[in-house]
Amino acid sequence: MIALTVNGKKVQVDVAPDTPILWVLRDHLGLTGTKYSCGIAQCGSCTVHLDGEPIRACVTPISVAQGKKISTIEGLNTKVGRAVQSAWEKLEVVQCGYCQSGQIMSAVALLAKNKKPSDADIDSAMHGNLCRCATYQRIRAAIHEAAKHLA
Amino acid sequence: MSEIKIVNESRRRFLQAGAGLTLAIYLPTSHAAPVAAATGKIAPAAAASFEPNAFVRIGEDNTVTVIAKHLEMGQGTYTGLATLVAEELDAAWSQIKVEGAPADAKRYNNLLWGQTQGTGGSTAMANSYEQMRRAGATARYMLIAAAAEAWSVPAKEITIKNGSVSHAASKHQASFGELAAKAAAQPVPEPEDIKLKDAKDFVYIGKQAPRQDSKPKINGSAQYTSDVTLPGMLIAVVARAPRFGASVKSFDASKAKAIPGVVDVVAIPHGVAVLAKDFWAAKKGRDALMITWDESKAFNLSSSELLDRYKNLARSPGTLAHQSGDAEKAMGRATKRLEAAFELPYLAHAAMEPLNCVVKLSGKQCEIWNGEQSQTNDQNNVAKFLGIQPEDVKINMLYAGGSFGRRSNPGSDYVLEAVQIAKAINGRAPVKMLWTREDDMRAGQYRPLFYHTLRAGLDAQGNLVAWQHRLVGQSILAATGFKGAIDFTSVEGAANLPYAIPNMLVDLHTPKYPVPVQWWRSVGSSHTAFSTEVFFDEVAHAAGKDAVALRRALLQKQPRHLAVLELAAQKSDWAKPLAAKPGVRRGRGIALHKSFNSVVAQVAEVSVKPDGSFKVDRVVCVVDCGVAINPSIIKAQMEGGIGFGLSAALSGAITFKEGYVEQSNFSDYPVLRMSEMPHVEVHIAPSTANPSGVGEPGVPPIAPAVANALFAATGKRLRQLPFQTKDLV
Repeated sequence: MIALTVNGKKVQVDVAPDTPILWVLRDHLGLTGTKYSCGIAQCGSCTVHLDGEPIRACVTPISVAQGKKISTIEGLNTKVGRAVQSAWEKLEVVQCGYCQSGQIMSAVALLAKNKKPSDADIDSAMHGNLCRCATYQRIRAAIHEAAKHLA
Repeated sequence: MSEIKIVNESRRRFLQAGAGLTLAIYLPTSHAAPVAAATGKIAPAAAASFEPNAFVRIGEDNTVTVIAKHLEMGQGTYTGLATLVAEELDAAWSQIKVEGAPADAKRYNNLLWGQTQGTGGSTAMANSYEQMRRAGATARYMLIAAAAEAWSVPAKEITIKNGSVSHAASKHQASFGELAAKAAAQPVPEPEDIKLKDAKDFVYIGKQAPRQDSKPKINGSAQYTSDVTLPGMLIAVVARAPRFGASVKSFDASKAKAIPGVVDVVAIPHGVAVLAKDFWAAKKGRDALMITWDESKAFNLSSSELLDRYKNLARSPGTLAHQSGDAEKAMGRATKRLEAAFELPYLAHAAMEPLNCVVKLSGKQCEIWNGEQSQTNDQNNVAKFLGIQPEDVKINMLYAGGSFGRRSNPGSDYVLEAVQIAKAINGRAPVKMLWTREDDMRAGQYRPLFYHTLRAGLDAQGNLVAWQHRLVGQSILAATGFKGAIDFTSVEGAANLPYAIPNMLVDLHTPKYPVPVQWWRSVGSSHTAFSTEVFFDEVAHAAGKDAVALRRALLQKQPRHLAVLELAAQKSDWAKPLAAKPGVRRGRGIALHKSFNSVVAQVAEVSVKPDGSFKVDRVVCVVDCGVAINPSIIKAQMEGGIGFGLSAALSGAITFKEGYVEQSNFSDYPVLRMSEMPHVEVHIAPSTANPSGVGEPGVPPIAPAVANALFAATGKRLRQLPFQTKDLV
């Protein structure tokens, strides 16, 4: 049994310790907002926060999260999180939407540290998040919009 | 097709459906079929040709549910279809909900595809524009009739605005929900009683109607196939042959079965499936399988060999795809001749959601959960495999995490594979089959590899008098059973070049190889726009003419092309020189292409560093897609199409070494990242024509526009995709 805190709730899971956090969330805890796409930390669709830091859940074994706090898209209830989601909706960022949980988790992590990111800051922080629908222009604009709202 | 008409419509009505009302449009399949009485019930099997085609449900809770017959894979159909209904119904946008239609070609067929339900070819809005508006207008008519009866006032004095039905003189007012039950009892209006709005009265079409799928996609609640969970469900991961045409000779599952969580290992026609309680166990099980493959009949060529064979084929004439005038003779008389060859690789769709499918078998029934792009075809293929009736294959519609054509496979490859696994365990548990990224990348169904040669002849005055285009590439339609001489998807965009060139000849070689190929966002135009628009630029340069001016001169009989071209030239400041920047060579290039009945022009601006690396700084895009239903979504599709096309131009290539696919994941099949995305500016050309495609037409022009801009910056012609930056040094 591995003890974790997920979105503020304490949970215990009975899985092999090498199981990536992603599959514990999806297959054992029913939190399917975090997506699988590459499995090798190349696309960022599985981005969650581990003790506030963005990580790729597809390559991070659950054993690493023992005793730590995991936050997923379903538990995003911070001021920054709400500002990002609201900017995403206002600027109609989503298309297929599959990568957007990961995009939002990366954007929230960026804005939590950098209140007024430049385009270059955004490009760098979001470099690991792929979007095949190429919603990048609107993602960049939505991050600026959220920053403006939070200022 | 410029206009869509439901010519065989004879009867529409509301149907009682649970607590709400369903607007049904009857579409008889034959004129001799009897017209069912308006009983308020779905016509029984005896009147099967009058199965209702239901699109709108109004609940007593005042919710208007629009039933979407097309897949939402990012292109915005759920919003577009709802916009059409809401417009004619005068509903409030906040009361609209959308749900995916079940698989039923009798009710939900694509009107451009006959009796076939499916999404593709950028046809969702084109085929639904009148149908969905009529659905909304009919509901509106019956709500008004109900109100007139309830309030004892003339129907013509009743108005509906923003979801509120009212009669000014008597001060009566009601919501749709309050009138729903009464509206259900109203007689059905005749088609001629339904008047659609004038464009000047539109409140949603061409205006703002926020995306229906935004909220669930930003809070993680949107349900994709990968998210489906059923009681007792097993996860399946499949080991497939490492080369096309290979098959399983033998396998040893003992190590796989020893992995905790693995429940079963079964053979399926082209591989071995491991079933487990979760994905991680299934994948570990798959990795532990020991399989001996019979590769005696496997495809074993390398990309370079394939290309050599294609080049060899291109030396002799192919099957004629287009001929006008006498290109050979005109070429002989030309005072200046140009010749060039273009190479375009296989491409994977690589949608963010790898392929997957959920299947539950019970008796003679098969239930599927899928981001479903090809309902009728998949029903037929699954029914044939299981020996059941197509209508006993029930399909539940989920969101698709991208597709770009991949989820519509003529052989139903991935859907059938999931069904085969469920059958192999005798249906004792529902199965969720998940492909890994590597599975998705290596399973074929690629945009075909193409080799093009082009020749042009100019007369003494620099006029373009001859054009010869030869294409070599596998047929996509062959997989559908097509046996014609010319697969039009191979030559679309080339055989119908819009330019007024007096002598033209286009021919095609269609070699057969076991590499499975499929439609990839924009299909034939994904390669024909590149070769034709780059070569056209070469012609303009050779003739000493401006690229816009030469297009303008040869498009005088193509008013839509011409208008798009002029707007693109204006918005991009084509006539003004591009501002210089220190340390880089800058250039601007244009490309223009019509696909899926929409015309798109793109002007790309590039900056090239001394080492040949470059950045696409800005793209000005103009689109004429007929009536612009949702401008924000149209712009999003142009932005996305440019990003998708740029991915392929910068780095997209599936290559083979002795039959093995050399790529596996985003590490070696890179796709566009945020820092590479240009600033895109989209302008929509005004039009009153029937809506045409927007999902695909944004893709074709970007690669040639960038290639032409790179030439302007460096004087180097890039005729191979993906671009080789070393050629720009």
